[in-house]
Amino acid sequence: MATPVLSLRGVTKRFGGLVAVNAMDFDVAEREVVGLLGPNGSGKSTTLNLVSGALPLTAGDISLWGNRISGLPAQTINRKGVSRTFQLVRLLPSMNVRENVVAGAVFGHRRRWGHEAHDHADQLLEKVGLGGKGDMALGQLTYIDTKRVELARTLASDPKVLLLDEWLAGLNPTELQIGITLIKSLRDEGRTIILVEHVMDAIRSLCDRCVVMAAGTKIAEGTPSQVLSDKEVIRAYLGDDDA
Amino acid sequence: MSLTGTDIRNLFLAALALTICALLPLGDNGYWLGLGVTIAMFTALATSWALFSGPTHYISLATAAFFGVGTYVTGLGIDNLPFWSLVGLAGLIGAILAALVGLATLRLSGVYFVIFTLGLAELVRQVITWVQNNTGQKGLYVLTDLDEAGIYWWLLGLCAIVFLAGWLIGRSRLGFALRIIGDDETVAAHSGINTARAKVLLFMVPGAVAAMTGAILAPRYVYIEPSLAFAPILSFQVVIMALLGGASRLWGPLVGVIPFTFLLEAVSSNFPNQTTLVIGVAFLVIVYLLPGGFVGLLNKIMHRINTRERF
Repeated sequence: MATPVLSLRGVTKRFGGLVAVNAMDFDVAEREVVGLLGPNGSGKSTTLNLVSGALPLTAGDISLWGNRISGLPAQTINRKGVSRTFQLVRLLPSMNVRENVVAGAVFGHRRRWGHEAHDHADQLLEKVGLGGKGDMALGQLTYIDTKRVELARTLASDPKVLLLDEWLAGLNPTELQIGITLIKSLRDEGRTIILVEHVMDAIRSLCDRCVVMAAGTKIAEGTPSQVLSDKEVIRAYLGDDDA
Repeated sequence: MSLTGTDIRNLFLAALALTICALLPLGDNGYWLGLGVTIAMFTALATSWALFSGPTHYISLATAAFFGVGTYVTGLGIDNLPFWSLVGLAGLIGAILAALVGLATLRLSGVYFVIFTLGLAELVRQVITWVQNNTGQKGLYVLTDLDEAGIYWWLLGLCAIVFLAGWLIGRSRLGFALRIIGDDETVAAHSGINTARAKVLLFMVPGAVAAMTGAILAPRYVYIEPSLAFAPILSFQVVIMALLGGASRLWGPLVGVIPFTFLLEAVSSNFPNQTTLVIGVAFLVIVYLLPGGFVGLLNKIMHRINTRERF
């Protein structure tokens, strides 16, 4: 295997006595879509927070194309080409839709400013399905549209690695299909994506490979159908009786 | 950088307003000029305060600290250096002090930052008092041939610089970064913004301006001592005036400074002991009735008119 884009080695996070993430090891290859699965509280979002620099690691190493990024602040990791969405959508309430997207374009991996950033934001809004809504206030948007704005902001710096934290959660069945198509189009552009997800349809149709966590530890890794039939995984989700 | 027609018109109007203001000492040399100096002083202080605190929502009570440092720069240097160089030096020292304070405290958020900045003015004042006690010196005399009109023009020039700087910052990446930080600091960091650096850089602006204002006003006091130069009430007045006008627009604080100066003037000449009471009441009015200041009120009215027209 060529140098992985992202590689985690012994990544551990402790909050006081609680070990939220315990010695996680996995690699993500270029253009790969990796799903991070597991029951609630298994440490998926924490792992994502460690990769994006939102939280400092207790132990272990994370590297991007062989260069260590763990220990760097979030803004530096973002500038190196890792961009993320948040589990609970985070937008900038004082700004309109377009400015929210421009916010992601000015300081990140690939920087734009002025008319260039403006036009780029409009193109991205078009792409996520919000064409012509740039001047709207955030309050006028539906839930899926706020998620689209956040995704457009995340894409605005041309990131190499996308971290999507339950981006598909809370969508209705129609919206879910739209969402899955959208993420597929990002994969087809050749972006490397890690997604934390509960929605099985999405996992089956999007992920090349899955990493399953339970209680902070990796319990399985493989293709979606492999891990979803894995005894350990079934036990983690449903308990001993069903395994 | 390109200027639109509106930008050019605004710049022209600002220059015109500045020229009219600059003519004040030719008309009156007493009461009105005195008020003019107070308004110019608070305009510089409140506008520069809002440049940082408006977007970030960090309430700084450090104005008195920087102001006091500025008056002492003039007080100590006036016998040896020309006045203009002292104003520049005060700005430099104010900016450096603000950078140090910023590096130490801007990681703190909310109420910790407020308390630290309030304590800073007290700390600097106590240090100067201690030095004075140990050297046997009391206050400082500042004797210059700068008259009230001269001070007014200096302050007016400073105001012009503050507005120009504020306008340029508003159009810059730094200004945009600060707005993002004010909205959501986590998003800012994850969008590649070095949040600590952006905050420190912008915090240096009110620091420098307050120190320069103090340096310019020192000759007006003639005799300066720590309790006068570092009066904490100044910090509170600046915050109230800026919030009364509205910190979200460049011209907002000005709209608060003018009525508040007249109000304070009327109160202090008729009921000299109730000045603090007026400040307290003003604070309550802002919090309960005008959370966005006059700017916020205006926005609300405009919004209402617009929606009414639509139906």
